[in-house]
Amino acid sequence: MTLRNELSGICFIVWKDLRAYYFKPPNISWGILFPLVLTLAFTLRDPTGLTTLAPGLIAMAAIFGTTSMEAIVITFERRQGALERLLLAPISIRSLLLGKVLGGAIFGGMISGVMVIVSVVFFGIDVVNPLLFYGSLVLTLLTLSALGALVAVSVTEVFEAQTLSNFFRFPMVFLCGVFIPVGTMPLLLQAVAYLLPLTYSVNALRLGISLTSELIGPLFNVGVLGLFFLLLFGACEWGLKRSLK
Amino acid sequence: MAAIEINQLTKYYDGLLAVDTISFNVNKGEVFGFLGPNGAGKTSTIRMLVGLSRPSSGTAMVAGHSITDDIVEVKRRVGLVPEVSNLYDELSVKDNLVFMAQLYHVPRHERTGRVEEVLQSFDLWERKTTKFGKLSKGLKRRVVIAASLVHEPEILFLDEPTVGLDVASAHSLREYVEQLGTGDTTVFLTTHYIEEADHLCDRIAIIVQGKIVVLDTPEEIKKQVRAQSVIRAKLSQVPDGSLLQGLRALGEVEVEGKTISLKVKKTSESLNGLFGLASREGVSVEALETGQPTLEEAFVELTGMSTDKMRREKGGIQE
Repeated sequence: MTLRNELSGICFIVWKDLRAYYFKPPNISWGILFPLVLTLAFTLRDPTGLTTLAPGLIAMAAIFGTTSMEAIVITFERRQGALERLLLAPISIRSLLLGKVLGGAIFGGMISGVMVIVSVVFFGIDVVNPLLFYGSLVLTLLTLSALGALVAVSVTEVFEAQTLSNFFRFPMVFLCGVFIPVGTMPLLLQAVAYLLPLTYSVNALRLGISLTSELIGPLFNVGVLGLFFLLLFGACEWGLKRSLK
Repeated sequence: MAAIEINQLTKYYDGLLAVDTISFNVNKGEVFGFLGPNGAGKTSTIRMLVGLSRPSSGTAMVAGHSITDDIVEVKRRVGLVPEVSNLYDELSVKDNLVFMAQLYHVPRHERTGRVEEVLQSFDLWERKTTKFGKLSKGLKRRVVIAASLVHEPEILFLDEPTVGLDVASAHSLREYVEQLGTGDTTVFLTTHYIEEADHLCDRIAIIVQGKIVVLDTPEEIKKQVRAQSVIRAKLSQVPDGSLLQGLRALGEVEVEGKTISLKVKKTSESLNGLFGLASREGVSVEALETGQPTLEEAFVELTGMSTDKMRREKGGIQE
């Protein structure tokens, strides 16, 4: 096993997934429409409020973009037996999973990228710290994609993957500061919010466009996001290995 | 030199014993048949040998590498044709093969040539741009075999490769396996079709309830069964009542319509008995054949399965 073989294996899996599943016309059109509709809905409600809402909407586009397809892709391949093709290949399970997670993250990046373009071009959002903003967005995409993969390896049916994804997605959208600042919520809900990765994504993105953050410093938010990624990816790898019995 | 060396390999699933301390070798370049009834442990064994599941105990060396310590090297050297045609529906035949070549690290400068070679040898050239999901069952199996060979594996595992195929597709697949058997590739084949194993395999192991009950050449296995010869006869009517009782007195009898298969120790005495019985019962013998038991009969004898149950399994009906 060489590092080169592992890296090329990851790239081929990503490219295969993008071609076979993600880059299909219905997914691309949904990926463009979803952020546009989201923007339109919130602009109609409050034309001046998008600047403060932008980090939350970008994070929301990221969570729906990554988990909606990824959980289905992995569960579908497991049902079909196609995931076994990858498990038979001479690459490690970690590389296989990384390929899957990167595929989901790229698709999520495409959708949240549209949201970023809309926010910057049409609403004049100023990204004052591009390294923090885009870096935390990439980390958010990887973390949420790992969450999607974990959901997929924990279930057997596609509909179960959808249901379990929603179990995480909707509470995150309402609890993690996308619409309502975490600090204004009751203490118990605040405690729950700080256990969810999207809270740290929203905070890091806010800091990237010079809005105030409820949580100390950019490094703290990025660090916690990184920890979430490692935790979720590790759990996913453990789950997949366990399924091999 | 052995292509596969299996040593005390054991597998439990949730406390149930699926493979029970089996040990045997498969020689390099041979076509090895692995037979057994449903749930006997065939697929469990293959899954351990290709790295899709871990043994509970014991080990195996596959293509010179340990399945417990060096599974990535094992995977590089083997190909698997699973029971299900599990390639990617949304990709074309050629793209599926290219993806497999990429995954198995076939060097870039050889990749296109290798893919085109397997497309030609499996008569898939005309279908190379067709999406895998649009192919017939037979063609899908062909693509799956081609995909398993694109990296030129030393050992090819075929798990029930002809199940569910029409006669023509199954026949052409058997021809491909035969061709492989003449080369350097070692073929490890599991099948329900006893005639298929008899025709294709150099040696056969029969596994029952996780244990190997026999391992030998098809000819030797046939000789190992207790009955020394078999009388096969077609009668003018389906045997029942006193005729069937009389036949049972002559030896172990299997009935399929008007055709009987009688396992006997002494052929000439039993033939006399059969004609005497037929005459008494007013039945004529329309066709007659004597010979050694077939591999199917040997399989039934060795596994303790009823012929009916075996036929149901061959037809793909799970118990």
